[in-house]
Amino acid sequence: MVAIDLSPPRPRVAWPEALKESALAAFVAALLTVPLVGLRTVDRPTGLGIEARPQDIIAVLGLVFLGRLGLCLIREGQAAVVLVLALAAAIAGFFIQMPAEAMRVVLVIGGLVIAIRAGVSVATHRSKLTQAEREKRMDRVGAKVQEASRFLGPIGIVFAAVLPFLPFADRQVIDIGILLLTYIMLGWGLNIVVGLAGLLDLGYVAFYAIGAYSYALLATTFGLSFWACLPLAGVLAVIGGVMLGFPVLRLRGDYFAIVTLGFGEIIRIVLINWYQVTGGPNGITGIPRPTFFGLAEFNRSSTTGLPTFHEMFGLEFSTLHRIVFLYYVILVLALVVNLFTLRIRKLPLGRAWEALREDDIACTSLGIDRTKIKLAAFAIAGMFGGFAGSFFATRQGFISPESFTFIESAIILAIVVLGGMGSQMGVVVATLVVIGLPEMFRELADYRMLTFGMGMVVIMLWRPRGLLAHRDPTILLHKRKRAGAEAA
Amino acid sequence: MSQTMMTNTAPLLTVEHLTMRFGGLVAVGDVSFAAQDRHITAIIGPNGAGKTTLFNCITGFYTPTVGRLALRHPDGPNKGKEFLLERMPGFRISQQASVARTFQNIRLFGGMSVLENLMVAQHNKLMRASAFSFAGLLGLPLYSKAEKGALDLAKYWLDRVKLLEYADWQAGNLPYGAQRRLEIARAMCTEPVLLCLDEPAAGLNPRESGELADLLTFIRDEQKIGVLLIEHDMSVVMSISDHVVVLDYGRKIADGTPHEVKNDPAVIRAYLGEDEGEELPPEIAKDIPDAARRAGEGA
Repeated sequence: MVAIDLSPPRPRVAWPEALKESALAAFVAALLTVPLVGLRTVDRPTGLGIEARPQDIIAVLGLVFLGRLGLCLIREGQAAVVLVLALAAAIAGFFIQMPAEAMRVVLVIGGLVIAIRAGVSVATHRSKLTQAEREKRMDRVGAKVQEASRFLGPIGIVFAAVLPFLPFADRQVIDIGILLLTYIMLGWGLNIVVGLAGLLDLGYVAFYAIGAYSYALLATTFGLSFWACLPLAGVLAVIGGVMLGFPVLRLRGDYFAIVTLGFGEIIRIVLINWYQVTGGPNGITGIPRPTFFGLAEFNRSSTTGLPTFHEMFGLEFSTLHRIVFLYYVILVLALVVNLFTLRIRKLPLGRAWEALREDDIACTSLGIDRTKIKLAAFAIAGMFGGFAGSFFATRQGFISPESFTFIESAIILAIVVLGGMGSQMGVVVATLVVIGLPEMFRELADYRMLTFGMGMVVIMLWRPRGLLAHRDPTILLHKRKRAGAEAA
Repeated sequence: MSQTMMTNTAPLLTVEHLTMRFGGLVAVGDVSFAAQDRHITAIIGPNGAGKTTLFNCITGFYTPTVGRLALRHPDGPNKGKEFLLERMPGFRISQQASVARTFQNIRLFGGMSVLENLMVAQHNKLMRASAFSFAGLLGLPLYSKAEKGALDLAKYWLDRVKLLEYADWQAGNLPYGAQRRLEIARAMCTEPVLLCLDEPAAGLNPRESGELADLLTFIRDEQKIGVLLIEHDMSVVMSISDHVVVLDYGRKIADGTPHEVKNDPAVIRAYLGEDEGEELPPEIAKDIPDAARRAGEGA
């Protein structure tokens, strides 16, 4: 191996080690990519066939090799060179057509990640930050955002409130807005159980399903309106939560998580198999749309005897009216959850939840009935899940068990964990990342989930406690001096 | 030190024939003693003597195999009422029988602020005042008044344990000694009639131990409650206890005033081993009378 001296005053680069490490990384990547990327099932007239994609594998392996080499060189103090090369690679990937689409995506993203890494290294004259330093820096960012959320929050709410009237708000934007707000509401709801009370709930989607089916069944069989069903759906979800809660809440930690996972699956399987009531896998169709608080309906001409919305307000008929109305309904529901959480944190119940998360044995020694407290967290979060569920049913007009699979629970949980457990602002940011980004990059169809997974890995590596994991005390004795002053 | 035993009144806590078995292991075997109100009762013994198990039985973390644990409230709303602790689930012992405890390995709510720790301790009182959060959610004055009262109590104890200026710190970031003091303050915020302390002086330096002794005497004399204390630091035990119970291998081997206990041959044997030591090396044999004397003087 020839050692090439790129810059004489710097220490010599240990090429054999760097190459060895890169080759090892490429080998590990090969183990993963050969089955995952290299083989693809295709539908042939003769049956299902397998198509090999060697060019993709080679592209990925090459990139992993070069990327690792880049990281090694950064460590060896050649950050500036790597920065230039990585940026060049990213730009090349962006503009030049590549033989494989995968190569392009990996080139751009990989190039940028390494460029950022090299850039940090150049800026700080340090080849490596320790985990503690990184944590501290990110904590400072978290504290700043928390501070900023005092005014960012109201700005966000005002923005959300005027969004439907902004010039660029077409049907698609408002639809995405509804989707985001639904997940924000679910995230805030689950945050009560996971973030505050520290109970890992893997079956939150069960409450969402109970709410959705409650509304769908009550509305289609008894003809009850959305506004009558909303509280009923909440009550039914609470009953579900308490029924699950009683046997389960004596469990702790992992055991608890497994049982909630089971609960989520039980609800889904009951929905699939109890077809006399739930319609089985076919779901329930023709779920009535909400009326304007029972005063008007959103159709071109009245079907139920109520006046129509556009006539009532003397407007031109537009299908957008209903969408905008739905948007405001979910906005208000989500804000109710948020307001509830912000208030309950300052009350004994909320403090007891957080204490339970910190140390449940100490809680018992202080005379706190853990079962009651956990049950309250479960029931309240379940109720909000139920509300979100019935909103989902009325928006879609059609529900089936397929909407309530485990992956939904996982996504909601990912939102809470990525955002930083217990952080309300974190849930919003994480929802934008987890739900918003994939929606925006729909064109990248195939690689959407790949980047989603990569993003999760990167966030958890760099920020294990979540994006905005910073907790402000709920009560202060002394006047607030400066954020971080008490973080010591 | 109030040496007079109030034998004419019923004791605060009566432990009768307490036995706790874990499978074949008898951690506590047939232990009986009484702890008086406004007294500091120390429980001492070598490692593994069953002191913490005894505590866990009293505070409801274990249900004893055999035995009776009777707590009689000397005054207050439940004056004269007797609570049978062995029949109550853990949280009720603090909630209704008003027994508070601290832990050998500190159990604070580390991620919460110092003040919040003390507010959580007043959970039951505040929960009632906030009508299970409904009044609090609506912001009714009923709750804000109760919260103010709770805040005053928290401030009082923060001042008492010299943590007032750290009130808004994260509890986990406090120095070790301060965490110990905070845990005692948190237990006191539950307004107990009996305070159980599991090795409160462990890991404290001599100055801090002295302060702790002062704090415990204050709690006994001014708060007028009973204190049950597990401690290895003999200087603390001997200087402030009114009554000492010695355990060894799960059995009670001595019971009396500190003076009686430290001269008890059974206690000296438990701490220093049998002194009919036959073939002890001369240098160790030479040290033993010395060590025995030192232990007798209370170090």
